[in-house]
Amino acid sequence: MATAVLTTLDPNSRSAARGMSDLTIRNLFIIPTIVFLIVFNIFPLIYSLGYSFTDFRASSPAAANFVGLQNYRELLNDPFIWSNFAITAKYVIVSVVGQVIVGFGVALLLNRDIPLKGLLTTLLLLPMMLSMAVVGLFWKLLYDPSFGIINYTLGLGSFEWLSNPDMALYAVAITDIWMWSPFVMLLSLAGLSAVPKHLYEAAAIDRAGSFYTFFRITLPLVAPILMIAIIFRTMEAFKTFDLAYILTSQPTTEVISIRLYKMAFQEWQTGRSCALAYIVLIMILAITNIYVKYLNKVKER
Amino acid sequence: MAAVTTSAERSLNKLAIVGVLIVTMIFLAPIYWIASTAFKPRNLATTIPPTVVFQPEISPFVKLFTKRSQLRTAPTPEQYAAAPWWERLVFDGGEKVVRSGRGEVQWSGYPSRFMNSLIVAITSTILAVGMGTFTAYGFSRFKIKGEQDLLFFILSTRMLPPVVVAIPMFLMYRVVGLNDTHWGLIILYTAFNLSFSVWLMKGFMDEIPKEYEEAALVDGYTRMEAFFKIVLPEAATGIAATAVFCFITAWNEYAFALIMTNRRAQTAPPFIPSQVGSGLPDWTVIAAGTFLFLLPVAIFTFLLRNHLLRGMSFGAIRK
Repeated sequence: MATAVLTTLDPNSRSAARGMSDLTIRNLFIIPTIVFLIVFNIFPLIYSLGYSFTDFRASSPAAANFVGLQNYRELLNDPFIWSNFAITAKYVIVSVVGQVIVGFGVALLLNRDIPLKGLLTTLLLLPMMLSMAVVGLFWKLLYDPSFGIINYTLGLGSFEWLSNPDMALYAVAITDIWMWSPFVMLLSLAGLSAVPKHLYEAAAIDRAGSFYTFFRITLPLVAPILMIAIIFRTMEAFKTFDLAYILTSQPTTEVISIRLYKMAFQEWQTGRSCALAYIVLIMILAITNIYVKYLNKVKER
Repeated sequence: MAAVTTSAERSLNKLAIVGVLIVTMIFLAPIYWIASTAFKPRNLATTIPPTVVFQPEISPFVKLFTKRSQLRTAPTPEQYAAAPWWERLVFDGGEKVVRSGRGEVQWSGYPSRFMNSLIVAITSTILAVGMGTFTAYGFSRFKIKGEQDLLFFILSTRMLPPVVVAIPMFLMYRVVGLNDTHWGLIILYTAFNLSFSVWLMKGFMDEIPKEYEEAALVDGYTRMEAFFKIVLPEAATGIAATAVFCFITAWNEYAFALIMTNRRAQTAPPFIPSQVGSGLPDWTVIAAGTFLFLLPVAIFTFLLRNHLLRGMSFGAIRK
């Protein structure tokens, strides 16, 4: 009798008796997704790995010739490609630092007794939900030197933003900061609200200064979540394409994704672009790896 | 935070309120400017100083939906009187609505792009959330060898830069004839959202107590019945939130759409910028197109407000 009850309670044998076994269900639920991702993400990458060793041009009927590592060698020795990477790095630094300062700053302000906090927070989060390409386009009007509201509001006269080679990258980064500071703010708010109140109370009893409280209590406890925000934004800024492509066509804003796009779909250097795609891919996977490690770390807390 | 006690704290708090209000105004200014430009007559869109107070007009939306051409000569009073109210708005702007030989109004490219966006975003959302829900349940409830590695693999597909994936996909689509088709984009967006949907749904599934299904299994349900009758209803909120996130991602996507479509299946994000050609663009029409395009996302953001944190952190942070 006792064994009979146990078998009834054991979900595996029970469902095995009637209907599909758990093993079948597990496979049925998981395998299609894995197969879908392999077919539409991994297989194309293998396909392009093959092309990266050729001089294939998708615009010409000529067959691809195997050229070995020539594409990679040439790309890694090409000073123009390195300057694209340097532009990308500059963009990543400016935009992520800006987002962290603005996002974390606003989160600190919001982490007080603010009336209508929920509504204000949602309104502040709106920019990051919108299409970068479509809203980014409209920033062209905002940045317009003669009738843009930015120059008018700041009293900058007819200051050139997007058509100025020295300024264009910063202009794109400012738009990116506008769009994505809310993301850093959102995550920072979660981190701030998780700081136990008794720590602040203890600090107040000890007459700790606000400076001390911030650097010894707030920052260390928010750091892991802030780190997630920073890594994620770094990854996204590294991949950036939409904003810079739509807002300007300056050589000084040609980030690596734009170079890759032009190489593949305007110059039709398909084989070479596949090789460049692989170089970018390896960098992205390295950052993703760090990101996931942090995600799991925060999850375990 | 801690209750406001001292007067210093209280004035600091007042300062924070003022700060938050200023920041909110700055952050919403571009969105406000889009919305207000969408209702301006063309000559007020690019004035110095910027026009803030004006009589709102619907003409940008009429122009957004119709094909127009410059008026060479002003319409005769009879023509003007015979025209419907919306056509007069176009006349007032110095343009005329293009009509076919039989007098039918010619549509602009916008409505079909908007429809394409809807078709692609909705279909890919259904596929990604459908598959993602099953897979998330599998990961949540069953032992899987190398689970962490598989989950990393799934997430990493999401992190690939669109242009990197687009190059081989473009070549493959060319072979099978999927370039510039709805299905071509739907497949790409499904793949892109699938990983997100698995990660997010796994978080929601993990929160549903296992005991619910186990009780059902004891009552004689099969695992499948328990999944459909017990787990899915419990996961409804999570499924809805995931679906909205997937929809927004697909709706907003630009790079794939730019590369994979050019006319028939083109969605709104690559279409709207293509209207800013050479010469002076009509910003009121662009604003109207942008406004309509952003509206669903703005509404969804409010509906999603309690799930934003979770969604944006791939389910890692749940509050």
